[in-house]
Amino acid sequence: MTLHPLIAALSKHKAGVILIAMQIALTLAIVCNAVFIIGQRIERVGRTTGIDESNLFLLSQQWVGAPSGDDADSIAKLDAMQREDLAALRALPDVQSVSSINSLPLLGSSWNGAIDIKPDSKKAFGRTTYYFGDDQMFPTLGMHLIAGRAFNAGDVHNQGFRDQKDPDIVILTKVLADKLFPKGDAVGKAAYLNGSGKPVTVVGVVEKLQAPGLFNSDDTTYNSTLAPVRLDANFARYAIRAKPGRLEAAMRAVTPALYAVNPMRVLDDNSVKSFADIRHDAYEADRGMAILMAVVALVLLCVTAAGIVGLTSFWVGQRHRQIGVRRALGARKIDILHYFQMENLMIAGAGVVIGIAMAVGLNMWLMTQYEMARIPVLYVGVGVLAMLALGQLAVFVPARRASNVPPVVATRAA
Amino acid sequence: MFSYYFDLALRSLKRNRVLTALMIVAIALGIGASMTMLTVLHVLTGNPLPGKSQTLFYPQIDPRDMADYEAGEEPPRQVTWIDGMNLLREKRADRQALMTGGAVPVQPTQSALDPFFSDARYTTAEFFPMFDTPFRFGHGWTAADDEARARVVVITNELNNKLYSGKDSTGQTLRMKDTAFRIIGVLGDWRPNPHFYDLNMGDYSGVESVFMPLSTSRDLHLPLNGSRNCWGRGGADEAHFENASCVWLQFWAQINDPAKVAGYRDFLEHYSQEQKTLGRFQRPANVRLPSLMEWLDINKVVPSDVRLQTWLALGFLLVCLVNTVGLMLAKFLRRSGELGVRRALGASRRAVFGQLLMESAVIGLAGGAGGLLLAFVGLWLVRRQPSDYAELAHMDVAMLAATVVAAVVSTLFAGLLPAWRACQITPALQLKSQ
Repeated sequence: MTLHPLIAALSKHKAGVILIAMQIALTLAIVCNAVFIIGQRIERVGRTTGIDESNLFLLSQQWVGAPSGDDADSIAKLDAMQREDLAALRALPDVQSVSSINSLPLLGSSWNGAIDIKPDSKKAFGRTTYYFGDDQMFPTLGMHLIAGRAFNAGDVHNQGFRDQKDPDIVILTKVLADKLFPKGDAVGKAAYLNGSGKPVTVVGVVEKLQAPGLFNSDDTTYNSTLAPVRLDANFARYAIRAKPGRLEAAMRAVTPALYAVNPMRVLDDNSVKSFADIRHDAYEADRGMAILMAVVALVLLCVTAAGIVGLTSFWVGQRHRQIGVRRALGARKIDILHYFQMENLMIAGAGVVIGIAMAVGLNMWLMTQYEMARIPVLYVGVGVLAMLALGQLAVFVPARRASNVPPVVATRAA
Repeated sequence: MFSYYFDLALRSLKRNRVLTALMIVAIALGIGASMTMLTVLHVLTGNPLPGKSQTLFYPQIDPRDMADYEAGEEPPRQVTWIDGMNLLREKRADRQALMTGGAVPVQPTQSALDPFFSDARYTTAEFFPMFDTPFRFGHGWTAADDEARARVVVITNELNNKLYSGKDSTGQTLRMKDTAFRIIGVLGDWRPNPHFYDLNMGDYSGVESVFMPLSTSRDLHLPLNGSRNCWGRGGADEAHFENASCVWLQFWAQINDPAKVAGYRDFLEHYSQEQKTLGRFQRPANVRLPSLMEWLDINKVVPSDVRLQTWLALGFLLVCLVNTVGLMLAKFLRRSGELGVRRALGASRRAVFGQLLMESAVIGLAGGAGGLLLAFVGLWLVRRQPSDYAELAHMDVAMLAATVVAAVVSTLFAGLLPAWRACQITPALQLKSQ
């Protein structure tokens, strides 16, 4: 088939051709970026926390009429209350282990600071999030220790929630340890927290532990520092690991157990939350965004396909007689079919070329406005193929109808 | 003429139902998606205090030490106790208030209710007149109450309903953290969006249930909520926050006369220099005085996901319109014969153009109705999302009208090119080829 007559025919209805090409270009640009955003969100939701999430739940509670926690005496009282709670929880038959904890990955509320290998630094070397818990923190969260040792009961001390005293020892996540000590020999080294002059010793390294904050960028989300500290305040959080398969029973048992210890507390329906629910809530917005993007992209493709069907049908109707003439002059059905398919391929081809430029341009604009990465070539490539396929799919029905125009049409009265 | 064209349009649209349905559905989808997101954006970018916001200002000064100093950096977004109190005492604005957030354990006397924690706002007296808060019963407290650390409290209508089943509770005693407070006021329905006066509480959270004098809250060491930033070795426990080098309070000023705003800025500048001379401040004077709406911009309160979704929806509308242009072009040109006859019988180009545009308008109207329906469904879906602004996503009359207008205008716009092309038909040529 020679392309010359095809192009000549296209130039006869420029407006329609330009409109279809424009529509394909716009659709490509929007769909590529929408799918890219979906991909990013799925990647975010799929990040692992580094803890064993099954059979784990969190209990948050507040005491009513608790001591203020502003002086040594009241801190001692708060700590006694907390230890009483921990003992009661550990005694439950469905509970495997319990740790006091200030937060959990994906929970949102976090305690952040700076960490450095030099004392008294003015400019923070690395940002980190802090986890405070007791010696049961490791078995309860189910983290993987890859160097050094975990905390033991002798390491743990308590301090008031607002006391800014640095701990004596810490455990770092691997990414943070590697950043501070690139040689991989973090264990036994000294680090300095929050620009202080007091050295704290790194005693261990865990494989992975995600920060509680959801909006941490990818390079800080695993920068966690663990300290063997039981924080005392008028509220407390306990991370609880149920025995395998006993999660629901354990979650039901904790509230009555704590009320038995001390009824003067606020413990409502939101106080006991499984980690699965924490994860679900944390990513609800991301899931919503991904679903919305997917629906819009899908509807957009349908609208564009419908547009192509509509315009091509019109052209087929308009050229009814010419098709008859061509058939009468010896063109086969398949030639007519190929003609319209080829025509669509050319228009769609022009559309995707413009569309690639628009997709990249849109991505660059989005990068300046929102937190967004550069779109990988793969997304654009797949988008281009999808648009060309969509064009062929949409043109098939009207093209088939065109190929069925009988040659006799040519002889009928004009 | 108008009704005749309308009739012609209907007939023509009926003749080709599939194409007509395609156009209407495309317009409805585009308009529905755009108007859903524009409504959400409209709600989120709304003015929390219409008519009043231009007189409210949020002074920012920089009391930090020289560590991490960078020239031209934004000053902290809150103030220290000392600075807040100084600005309050100077009374250079028409009204001013110093405040922070907290949480108080409420101990209802009704045995049926367990104790619970309630969000609280600790503020000075002029909070209420400055923000024009409506009162259902009673009133706010006075500067004398601030001075006396009075055990007085203002509660929201919601808490009043919960504790006193909506009856006038002023004069009653409310126990919080083992202290008896006298209720002196019950707020009417008040939910400024965003929660502009303290954005640390969540940009679109509701107002706190309990309001009490700042001095009282400090006297009783009630727990604080919100953001605090400390520098140097200035951290302290909460009981001694008054002297700490930490910012943890919000200071708002009302300046009624626009001409006096510059004067207030000079005052802040002067104050910073004075504090530097005294040795309290170390950095060069760096003051800002954003108005309420500027403050919301600075804090980027509109979630970026919402803005992204709005752009997506508008892009979607654009594709739908291009699609409609194409389909209308096909539809109008297919009727070249009919239009040729009309032209030959004496219809002017203008008349034909008008007739075709009427057809677009009918499509736009139908698409607008469909879009409105879809927008209601879309907003219902938005309200089911877990975000803190979800419950605000309702359409108002302005957006409703805007939806219909946007649909008709955009479809008319889409009809311009096809109608113009169809008018270019030479009647003689069309008649001959028939």
